[in-house]
Amino acid sequence: MEVVQSHRKSSSNNVIVSILPLYRSAPPLEVRLEDFEFFAIDRLRVLKGISDGLCRGKKPEEMEKLVLDLWKANMRHPQAVEEVNKDIISHFVLRLVYCRTEELRKWFLSMETTLFRHRFRRGSSEAQRALMSEFKLPYKAVSNAEFESLKDKLGQVARSMGQTLAAADAIFYKVPFEEVPDLVAGRRVFIHKGHAYVAINQVVSLVVTQFRSYLSKALILTNRKWTSTIREQEKDRLTPIVEALCTSYLGPDYSQQQEFGEISIKDIDQVAKTSFPLCMRHLFEKVKEDHHLKHGGRMQLGLFLKGVGLKLDDALAFWKAEFAPKVSAERFDKEYAYNIRHNYGREGKRTDYTPYSCQKIISVTPGIGDHHGCPYRHFSEENLRAALVRMGVSSRAVEDVMDKVHNRHYQLACTLTFEAVHGSSCDAGINHPNQYFIDSQRVLQSKNGSVA
Amino acid sequence: MTKEEADNGRDDMVIDVPGQANAVPDGFNANYLRIYYGKLFPHADMFKWMSYGNDGKHPGCDKSYFGRREFSFTLENDIYIRFQSFNSVTELENSIKEKCPFKIDIGPVYSVDPAKRHAYAQSGDNVFTPVERELVFDIDISDYDDVRYCCTGADVCLECWPLMTIAIKVIDTSLRDDFGFNHILWVYSGRRGVHCWVCDGKARRLTNEQRAAIADYFHVYKGNENSQKKISLPGLVLHPFLARSYTEVLKGFFEAKLLPNQNLLASEERYEKILEMIPDASVASELRRRWQENKRASMSKDDINIVRWEQLKSILQSGKQKMQGLRRCVEEIVFSYTYPRLDMEVSRHMNHLLKAPFCVHPKTGRVCVPIDPNNCDEFDPTTVPTLSQLLEEQNRGGLRQDAENEWDRTSLGESVAFFRTSFLQPLLKSCKEEIENSYNAKLQQSKNDLSWFSFGVLIAAQ
Repeated sequence: MEVVQSHRKSSSNNVIVSILPLYRSAPPLEVRLEDFEFFAIDRLRVLKGISDGLCRGKKPEEMEKLVLDLWKANMRHPQAVEEVNKDIISHFVLRLVYCRTEELRKWFLSMETTLFRHRFRRGSSEAQRALMSEFKLPYKAVSNAEFESLKDKLGQVARSMGQTLAAADAIFYKVPFEEVPDLVAGRRVFIHKGHAYVAINQVVSLVVTQFRSYLSKALILTNRKWTSTIREQEKDRLTPIVEALCTSYLGPDYSQQQEFGEISIKDIDQVAKTSFPLCMRHLFEKVKEDHHLKHGGRMQLGLFLKGVGLKLDDALAFWKAEFAPKVSAERFDKEYAYNIRHNYGREGKRTDYTPYSCQKIISVTPGIGDHHGCPYRHFSEENLRAALVRMGVSSRAVEDVMDKVHNRHYQLACTLTFEAVHGSSCDAGINHPNQYFIDSQRVLQSKNGSVA
Repeated sequence: MTKEEADNGRDDMVIDVPGQANAVPDGFNANYLRIYYGKLFPHADMFKWMSYGNDGKHPGCDKSYFGRREFSFTLENDIYIRFQSFNSVTELENSIKEKCPFKIDIGPVYSVDPAKRHAYAQSGDNVFTPVERELVFDIDISDYDDVRYCCTGADVCLECWPLMTIAIKVIDTSLRDDFGFNHILWVYSGRRGVHCWVCDGKARRLTNEQRAAIADYFHVYKGNENSQKKISLPGLVLHPFLARSYTEVLKGFFEAKLLPNQNLLASEERYEKILEMIPDASVASELRRRWQENKRASMSKDDINIVRWEQLKSILQSGKQKMQGLRRCVEEIVFSYTYPRLDMEVSRHMNHLLKAPFCVHPKTGRVCVPIDPNNCDEFDPTTVPTLSQLLEEQNRGGLRQDAENEWDRTSLGESVAFFRTSFLQPLLKSCKEEIENSYNAKLQQSKNDLSWFSFGVLIAAQ
């Protein structure tokens, strides 16, 4: 296990140890099966948070803060050794998870590279230099004397790129120009007698490129090993965990009652209009209209309502009343009531009976006569636009939403809808219909001083 | 043709023109070429160059090196044969004399003898692929047709040739000062341009990616007939390379030579082209107004181009100009007229073939002679020796016993001498050193390995 350790001296007497592994080889550690899963989930939270941030177009400084916050929230451990172990183990587990298709590899590579880039940037210069030598980048730091003699030219190069040569950035490395073709091509470095003078922030680019290139190759090799041996060997132990991991939803499961306690039947109509996301609004409208819903719709809406706070008795009464024009009370009790009770009587931690996350809803494909699934994905453009207008989304916002839809960012589309309808921003993004509901209620409560 | 016939060729070949006993009419044909390759073309020097010191005299020499170099011949009737390779100077010389190519191109050094390429794969381990190739550049004056009014297309004269001169200066300085290269050969292409061969070991071993990076470093002029603005110099200041090129070469040449010689501001048609490059319409209109008024006035003895250029500069560079795009406008104008316009594709790939020096250009009959970058101002393309001229000089040469070589009797002698002393000898010296050092390093390494081995055996034996 390669680990680069360095000390960053701070003004206080604490010595902060900053460690950034390179994941060159799988650690010869014994890992408990539960750690295998949990470490990976924590790291996945970080990577998905990064993915979200990038999707929302956050600027580099914002991303850096986001990355470090995510790391602190999910991966920190009071003991440095434990943190490094978790770091390395979780990375290698996720390699197994994300090596299996081209799309998964691309995503994982992109997120891990971004993570690495920001962690590298924040490292001390000793840590950075140590990592550079690990990558076999033959860079010599420019001596003070040489720097002084070249300061004017180096400043000129910086200004030609619209930057300045701040004192803090006055660390340069001297490299044979052949090693940095991109920088030479763009005239982003000063070169003299075959040496390029590379600024520290340019070095980050080079290190990250190497990291990315290495990981890209490693993922292909991992995939081969997975398909040829591991998957079969581990089919009773690790394989099911690995296969479940990449589709897992990582937020709260809304199976327990949240802040708003109960919702009664008489409240439903009202909250449906103000706080239901489009998918649930649509199902709700359809059940009112058709006095029926097929199984997929009953599950999606039913579990959602449970998460919203509808008690079992109220749920039974609701469905019975809505179905009444088409289904007699006796038939309802025989054919539908059991399933509803079952949804409420869940045992243990099985996720089958928790309200569906966006990921799950987006992944299903409704058939003829179905109304579940994600409308941003399945509605025709015309129908979707009409539905958004009915929700009160302004025409300009509709265009923004449609733009996200065209790019297949369905959750972002829903987030923008939320923002347009409520007139307030939703920084975290929508990942779960019940989250939409709770956030909506929160906004309305703060506006009106009461739950709508 | 046998050797004797070739030797006596000049008597058979000369057409008697009354009053000009040894005159050779202008022209380019196989017969002339045959004599040229027979007596004048410097085969041995080309061989020494292409061997890069691998002459077999030192144990560290790679005897296969020369044989892995590709040459290509264009024969009479445009027949083109690639992947020619030779194992000795004799083979090279005999093949050239026999085939009499109208053009000889030099390609890369491959991993194996090109003649054996079919036995090797295109990918995997056992490959036929280029392993070394000089870094080359090709500059053609026809790419400057939009800024020269004296000639177009293939023509060249002393008014516009200086555009090539300054291109040489800019690129040569950068190759030496910025990139640290030393062994650089500039060659007249025979008609309307120049070629550059960078022959340092480091240069020969550059990958395609690195070559592309160097080409991009030099790439400033990005235009074709369709683009309006071909030079864009954003940023508060210029990169040191561009700044040096501007202050040391381009500015002076533009203001003192190109501007007046090509009358760039003298007529409406021509000054409009420059006014088009000014992003601020009000500034352009102001100048236009002034120049239209002064069309016939001869205000001073000074050249009208220079006067107007001063006016333009003073408006654009005055402190009053706040608009971003104007900051570098003057430089952009100068760069767009004078900055070297390289053929990017030539430099990017190792397998690009380039015409060999000392070939004769079929359309002009001129020999592709080396150009001294330190004296490139003196180079005159209109006085470069032609094939017929050389043959004539050879006829007149008489019995100069002291001349070691045929070419010393002719104008070609000067070029060959320059090639040897300024380029070939320093290059070969450096190559020898490289071969020796590399060989000694390997010896030392194997000694180290050996000592560990014997040490290990010693330990084991105990």
